[in-house]
Amino acid sequence: MEPTVSFFSGFTPNDLLFLGEAALRTLWISVLSISIGTVLGVAFGWILFEGKWAAALTIAPVLDIFRSVPLIIQLVLFYNFAPIIGLNFGPFASGVVILTVYTAALVANVARGGIEAVDTPMRRAARSLGMSYWQDLRHVVLPIGGRAVFPAWVGVALGVMKDSALVSVLGYVELLKASQILMTRTQEPFLILSIAGAFYFALSYPISRYAAFLEKRWIQ
Amino acid sequence: MIQIRDLHKYFGKLHVLKGIDLDVDKGEVLSVIGASGSGKSTLLYCINGLEPIQQGAVEVDGTDVHAKSTDINKLRQKLGMVFQQWNSFPHLTALENVALAPKLVKGKTKAEAREIAAKQLAHVGLGEKVDVYPSALSGGQQQRLAIARALAMEPEYMLFDEATSALDPELVGEVLETMRMLAEEGMTMICVTHEMGFARDVSDRVAYFHQGVMEEIGPPAQIFGDAQSEHTQKFLANVR
Repeated sequence: MEPTVSFFSGFTPNDLLFLGEAALRTLWISVLSISIGTVLGVAFGWILFEGKWAAALTIAPVLDIFRSVPLIIQLVLFYNFAPIIGLNFGPFASGVVILTVYTAALVANVARGGIEAVDTPMRRAARSLGMSYWQDLRHVVLPIGGRAVFPAWVGVALGVMKDSALVSVLGYVELLKASQILMTRTQEPFLILSIAGAFYFALSYPISRYAAFLEKRWIQ
Repeated sequence: MIQIRDLHKYFGKLHVLKGIDLDVDKGEVLSVIGASGSGKSTLLYCINGLEPIQQGAVEVDGTDVHAKSTDINKLRQKLGMVFQQWNSFPHLTALENVALAPKLVKGKTKAEAREIAAKQLAHVGLGEKVDVYPSALSGGQQQRLAIARALAMEPEYMLFDEATSALDPELVGEVLETMRMLAEEGMTMICVTHEMGFARDVSDRVAYFHQGVMEEIGPPAQIFGDAQSEHTQKFLANVR
C-alpha cells in the first residue's frame, strides 16, 4: 500500500533554533525602536514641558494620535500607504518606524512627568550656583526626574517589546510570525505558543529584574 | 557692593516691591525682617536674577544683574544663595552635592572639586558626613550642606532666604551658628529672617519691610530699641 503523503511534520530541535533566531529579531527590532523612540520621546517631553500652549496646539495632538490609534492599524496603514509618498520601506523598516514613533509618543508624557517631578525650588538652587539652563537640565533634572519616572519608562519599554509581535502582520519573521509558521507545519499550537511565550518571558524578565534592582539601589 | 535703585517687581498685577533703594557694602551683614508677603524674599530673588524685575536696577559690583548683556551664570558665582527648603540633590552624596557646581561651572577637575567640597563640608561641621546621601541627614545638616554647596563657589556675597524657617526648632541653632561663623569671617550677607535674636546680635543693619516698601533701616539698636515707623513697632511687638 502506498504511504499517505503528509503535509505536516513534527516539531524538531531545528525548529527551536528557528524560534531562537526569531526571538533575536524581536529583541533587535525592540531595542532599536525603544532606544530611538526614547531619545525622541525625551525631546518631545521637554518640548511639551517648555512649549506650554504652543506645544499643546502642535505636537501634543500628533502624539495623541499615535498613542490612541491601535498599533496594528498604524503598521498596516504605514506599510501600505507610505509608498504612495515615495517611502518604500520593507516590513522591518516599517516596523521600526512605527514602533519608534509609538514609543516616542508614550515616552513623551513620561518624560514630561519626569521634568515636572523636579520642583522649581530645586532648579532654582541649581541655577543659583551658576549652572546654566542646560547644566541644570542635564545634571539635576535628568537624574532626579529620570529616577522618578523610571518605573513608568520600564513599563513602556516592556509593552513595546511585546507589541512588536504586531509587526508579524507585515510579514517580518519575528517571534510570533515564526510561531505561526511552525504551527501551520506541525499542528502543535499548544507546544509552540508555550515555547514562544517562554521566549518573550525570557526577554522581559531580566529587564524587569534589573529595573527592580536599580530602583532598590537608588532608594539607598 | 550691591546697589539697588528704585526696584519695582510685579507678579502679574500684584505689586510686590514698590521702589526699593538699598546699598549693601562689602563685609556688611544686613538682616531683612517683616511679615510674610512683605516682599523680602522676592528682593533676594531679584538680586541674583532668579526673578526678572519690571523697573529700576540692581547692580552687583557695578554689573547690572538684569541687563541682557550680563552673563548671569557668571555673576551668580559671586552670589551664594541658601533657600528655605534646602534642596539637596538627592541622587548625590554630600561631597558630590558640594563638588558638582565647582566642577561644572568653574571647570575644576574632579580631584580639585572634591578637595574644595571636603574643605567646605568640614567648614560647616559636616566633615564626618562626606559619603552620606542627603536622605540620611537631618534638616539642619542638609541646610548646612546647602551652605557648604554655596560656599564652594567662593561667593563674595551670601543671600539667606529664611534659612531656618523650615527647620524643627531644635535644629535651628546649628544653622544659625554656621551663619554667625560666616559673619565673623567677614562674609557679606543679606539674611531674610524671622530670627530676631540673630538679626539683633549679628547684623550691622536691620531693614524692616512692610507690603513691598522698605519702611525702616538702621542699626539693630535703633530698629529694636527706637523704631520710628508705627508698622515696625507693631511688628516687633507681635513677634516678641
